Amino acid sequence: MAAGVAAWLPFARAAAIGWMPVANLPMPVAPTEKNKRQDELIILNVSGRRYETWRNTLDRYPDTLLGSSEKEFFYNEDTKEYFFDRDPDVFRSVLNFYRTGKLHYPRYECISSYDEELAFFGIIPEIIGDCCYEEYKDRKRENAERLMDDQEDNKDAKLPNMTFRETMWRAFENPHTSTMALVFYYVTGFFIAISVITNVVETVPCGSSPNMKEVPCGERYTVAFFCMDTACVMIFTVEYLMRLYAAPNRYRFMRSVMSIIDVVAILPYYIGLVMTDNEDVSGAFVTLRVFRVFRIFKFSRHSQGLRILGYTLKSCASELGFLLFSLTMAIIIFATVMFYAEKGSTSSKFTSIPASFWYTIVTMTTLGYGDMVPKTIAGKIFGSICSLSGVLVIALPVPVIVSNFSRIYHQNQRADKRRAQKLQKARLARIRLSKTGSTSAVLHSKRNGLFNEALELTGSTGEEKHLSKSASLIESQHHHLLHCLEKTTNHEFVDEQYYQQSYLEAGLQNYPSRSPSLSSQDGVTGTCCTRRSKKNHHPLKHMHTHLQGLQELSTIHIQPLSTSRSSLNMRVEEPAPLNCQSSQITTAIITIPTPPVTTPEGDAHLPAAPSLQNVVKVSAL
Amino acid sequence: MLSAIWETEGLQTVGIVVLVFASIKLLHILGLISFSEDSVEDELELSAVRHRPEGLEQLEAQTRFSRKELQILYRGFKNECPSGVVNEDTFKDIYAQFFPQGDASTYAHFLFNAFDTDHNGSLSFEDFVMGLSILLRGTVQEKLIWAFNLYDINKDGYITKEEMLDIMKAIYDMMGKCTYPVLKEETPRQHVEVFFQKMDKNKDGVVTIDEFIDCCQNDENIMRSMHLFENVL
Repeated sequence: MAAGVAAWLPFARAAAIGWMPVANLPMPVAPTEKNKRQDELIILNVSGRRYETWRNTLDRYPDTLLGSSEKEFFYNEDTKEYFFDRDPDVFRSVLNFYRTGKLHYPRYECISSYDEELAFFGIIPEIIGDCCYEEYKDRKRENAERLMDDQEDNKDAKLPNMTFRETMWRAFENPHTSTMALVFYYVTGFFIAISVITNVVETVPCGSSPNMKEVPCGERYTVAFFCMDTACVMIFTVEYLMRLYAAPNRYRFMRSVMSIIDVVAILPYYIGLVMTDNEDVSGAFVTLRVFRVFRIFKFSRHSQGLRILGYTLKSCASELGFLLFSLTMAIIIFATVMFYAEKGSTSSKFTSIPASFWYTIVTMTTLGYGDMVPKTIAGKIFGSICSLSGVLVIALPVPVIVSNFSRIYHQNQRADKRRAQKLQKARLARIRLSKTGSTSAVLHSKRNGLFNEALELTGSTGEEKHLSKSASLIESQHHHLLHCLEKTTNHEFVDEQYYQQSYLEAGLQNYPSRSPSLSSQDGVTGTCCTRRSKKNHHPLKHMHTHLQGLQELSTIHIQPLSTSRSSLNMRVEEPAPLNCQSSQITTAIITIPTPPVTTPEGDAHLPAAPSLQNVVKVSAL
Repeated sequence: MLSAIWETEGLQTVGIVVLVFASIKLLHILGLISFSEDSVEDELELSAVRHRPEGLEQLEAQTRFSRKELQILYRGFKNECPSGVVNEDTFKDIYAQFFPQGDASTYAHFLFNAFDTDHNGSLSFEDFVMGLSILLRGTVQEKLIWAFNLYDINKDGYITKEEMLDIMKAIYDMMGKCTYPVLKEETPRQHVEVFFQKMDKNKDGVVTIDEFIDCCQNDENIMRSMHLFENVL
């Protein structure tokens, strides 16, 4: 229940008088304020800045520092104020939380200092309001990542005992750690370059002898190139095997992108070795050689920039996709238009719509090769529209991609969508939690709170009060209000589980529901110092009794009005045997009209006028 | 000859283009297509109604609260409703927070009408405090009259069975679904029957205010429960 609404509780309770004439049962006793003191101002001195507020405001949240007696530790007798040696700016948010019930996170505040202040004042950050919660979570995640990065940097410090394997792996991953690693790094880089250059030069036509036509160098110096290739592949293979050996998690390493690139880079060579000059597959073999160019991607291990570019493209995938999609749409539209516009003209190059695609792409990207040009006037008009729109369509998504690229450095790489989804789920979970929290608090306090009433009625001394859960006064008043509603309608609040059970059981039973009129019961006390134990086998018992044709009884109120201390000291949480002098109570079939013999001794009396339908509870065993 | 071809072709093209644009414009004029998202004029938010209550002395005279109590009440009221008046939706929201398990909106509606004595659709602080004064500090007679007023939905001086049934259903709605024993359809109706049996002395199907007050004053339980909330505040 929100704090601000607590101010309306007196109103809600007063309005409950509207139920009174309708109710047939007597109402429970209202909780009294034990020490009713006038509301007073208290002064909170936070590092010199004085905040003043009502005491009641702080009492709204009794489980925080300011709401509980913990603040007495900070009380300064001389100046009659509470002194806190903390940040006064953050304290503003903290105090506003008490006033409005909503915790806000100021954006200019550092996240870790804010967290510290919250921890000091005993406020959990999860109750930050929706308006500020996303910002808070983002900043927190950033901070956590920054800390993680710092930790990773510290990993370079060499650990005392590292196995040879671990040393090797570290050398591979961080080349600047040792000289050997550096040497290895440069050597592999050099050979990657050599390999790529070799591939390129292979296809250059070398100087030709006068009688032969020009041949590419690869075919002229076959042996030399073959040796180069072999040497490079040798080195790459050794490197790959060494990495494989050193990897801490081999399976994961084999699935990583870099290792796949490595494999693809060296595979064509081996396949070429295996396949000799078999005419059928030599065509495929030639194609395989294309994959040798993938060796260039091995450079990405050497270049951070390349990796970041890859990251950016991956994260801008949606924008790139949009660009592609809009371009495709425009191409199709304009190709169709051009085709039909040029259909009339003779010797037109626009033989079909797919043929017009080429024209459209070349025009929209402002390339303009000129191999296809429109001849009709309509074609020229639409062609010019096409080129103008091409410029616009391409220009639009580019700034988005650029801004994405700059965002990559500062933000989390996890997909925004996944984050928002989790956030949404978490938010719904929080709302649900607070709602169920309040209802379960009611049910819980019904079991405990009744203890308090019993205590008060029997006039027991303070030492038993420690049994009472220290629910705040507002809570107890709220529960009393709900209790009155229960009495008015003669139904009880139960939790979901119990409701399901009783619903099932009600389907089996079909007792006529006579409204009980127990108005003349329960003499002076008029309340329900009842102890209810909701045990799971109640429904079964009910069915049992019903089947045996007994008069319906759902529950029996046991009123331990003057039970002894030992029984009061029993903990209610356990649905365990009620030792309320009621060991004589047997759960067994209790027949009415005779009032159950098993009443506890003392003044307890059952409200069981046998002729009337009772609302009674079986007290368990 | 070439120029002739150019001419016809050119004229054809121009004609086609003009036709296309003209038809688009026509459709636009007819309002069948719109080029841009029509910006909806934001409804001018009527400036929040501000209401200041009468002075403290006047309220002190009119109600049975002391000065201090009025101060406390007003502070709580103003906190939740800075504009000084509560409209029905806010009222329902506030009331619903006290009954998380059920649906308190119907009963809140009746309650709102009971408090809003001048029936202007909003609850000002004066209405609020007058109602509370009756409920917390009034005589039993006044409280009973207030309750009668609550049940009498159309304020005609008689409580009919239909009105009572509405009120009863609203009260049972607040309990929600998860109750023990399970709420049945006819439970409110039966409750109304019991109520009418008790209250309607001359069995004419309606309960007048005198019957109501008489019967309540003879009922011990009701009398006792009327004093229940006296120490609130």
